[in-house]
Amino acid sequence: MSPGATVALERAVREDGPRVLATLIRHLGGDFPLAEDALQDAYAAALTAWPRDGVPAVPAAWLTTAARRRAIDRLRHARALDARVRTLETLARRDPGDTPDPIDMDESSALADDRLRLLFACCHPALALSSRTALTVKSLGGLTTAQTARAFLVSDAAMYQRLVRAKRKIAAAGIPYRVPPDELLPERLAGVRLVLYLVFTEGHTASEGEALTRPDLCVEAIRLCRLLARLMPDDAETLGLLALVLLTDARRAARTGAGGAAIDLEHQDRRRWDAERIAEGRAALTRAGRLRRPGAYQLKAAIAEAHARAPSWEATDWHRIGALYAELHRREPTPVVAVNLAVAAGLADAPATGLRLLDALRREPALDDYTPLHAARAELLVRAGDLRAADGAYERAIASSANAVQRADLSARRERLHRGSSDTRPEEETPPR
Amino acid sequence: MLHALLVYGDPSAAPDYESPEGQAEFQHWMQYTEELTKSGLLSRGEALQPHQTATTVRVRAGETLLTDGPFAETKEVLGGFYLVEVPDVDAALEWAAKMPNIHYGSVEVRPVVSFE
Repeated sequence: MSPGATVALERAVREDGPRVLATLIRHLGGDFPLAEDALQDAYAAALTAWPRDGVPAVPAAWLTTAARRRAIDRLRHARALDARVRTLETLARRDPGDTPDPIDMDESSALADDRLRLLFACCHPALALSSRTALTVKSLGGLTTAQTARAFLVSDAAMYQRLVRAKRKIAAAGIPYRVPPDELLPERLAGVRLVLYLVFTEGHTASEGEALTRPDLCVEAIRLCRLLARLMPDDAETLGLLALVLLTDARRAARTGAGGAAIDLEHQDRRRWDAERIAEGRAALTRAGRLRRPGAYQLKAAIAEAHARAPSWEATDWHRIGALYAELHRREPTPVVAVNLAVAAGLADAPATGLRLLDALRREPALDDYTPLHAARAELLVRAGDLRAADGAYERAIASSANAVQRADLSARRERLHRGSSDTRPEEETPPR
Repeated sequence: MLHALLVYGDPSAAPDYESPEGQAEFQHWMQYTEELTKSGLLSRGEALQPHQTATTVRVRAGETLLTDGPFAETKEVLGGFYLVEVPDVDAALEWAAKMPNIHYGSVEVRPVVSFE
């Protein structure tokens, strides 16, 4: 096979595969497995046809047409001469050879809708969350089962089972391929955003050596967020999510130092932040703001943006960040947000202000053993100059942590305290895991 | 497609039938069933006698074994079911969420096998 055709096919698999799959699923009345098989057949056909006849002008159109023909063969073979065959045969009669079908290839309408329908089906709340993330990445990211398995650090067999079970449930339970009706849309769209955000955090929190060989889930999540934002351009929180993942991802290169050690926000080399990502994130956040429908993703993105704007940790606008956390806490009163709010208040005003807020939180029994709370307390106490109390707070933080890496990090900070250096760092305002 | 809405609940959490709350819930069930009937989706619906009336049957090594009570010793027991003919799972989930005991019980939504 000529290298040109190989490259073109690899590209088509990756970039056109998901939308062709989405369209096929619609033409096949929601038969996900048949659509996948037919598409695989079309790839196989391309392997011989493209080097011989040349790469088609619109590979997606060629693949759609070829896959539809293969689906007819498969259905005939299965002697399932039902309505689906008639639909396909009608479409096949209209297929003008290998030239693109103008209706199918119009990105702005039919095809875009197909992908949106597929996205809502893959993110349906009747599926287990782990199936939703995997199925979304595989079907809309155009990954193979093996690549998806590696991305989520499970065995090929386990991922295969997970995907098969999910697809079987979609078919058997009648999970619809559609953009949900208005009364369901806000809830379901929130579910889609959550899945995309989980895909991103899955990639963002993985700092293991394997990360180098894993298909990059952060990049995949950003692509999917861009897609959703393009398909739902008037949804402020989707734009907020896109802004959040871009602004968070912008710091990626600066997050790990030599030997893969994590570097917190305060000590990151800000010159290594990705200016292009920041600009794109900021633009998305601005567009979201114009829609005047504030929400949690937009607030988190605005906090990330405030950090992105600051030339240094010291020159950070903590008043603004504190105000954003206060608003976020009103919507999402979680412990992580409460602790970050206290730290921001302590840095904006005086450590004592933050410590008062943390002490109020400590009175809640559920938070008595909450590591971030004790870690934040220790650091504000260092700022306040109360080293003895800070040492005690570190001890509590270390004792309450179940994570070895975190314990080592806290111990190192405690050591520095004894050597007389000080630093203060809140939890990075990225995702609750 | 045909879906079964299997209605589960902890009988001790349900209001006493004779109490005003129990009477209100009974009315609510009647209304719910009527609404479902009017929607044209209801294929069949039945309430089951209390779980104490159940007998579980097994045949092991050729011997028929009978046990008093339901199959599993759980707090939530099957109390009844509706079979609904719906276009997709969303419609079934919507009807399940409207079930009168949904705030203390639960509904398992299951597609019914079609042998065609």
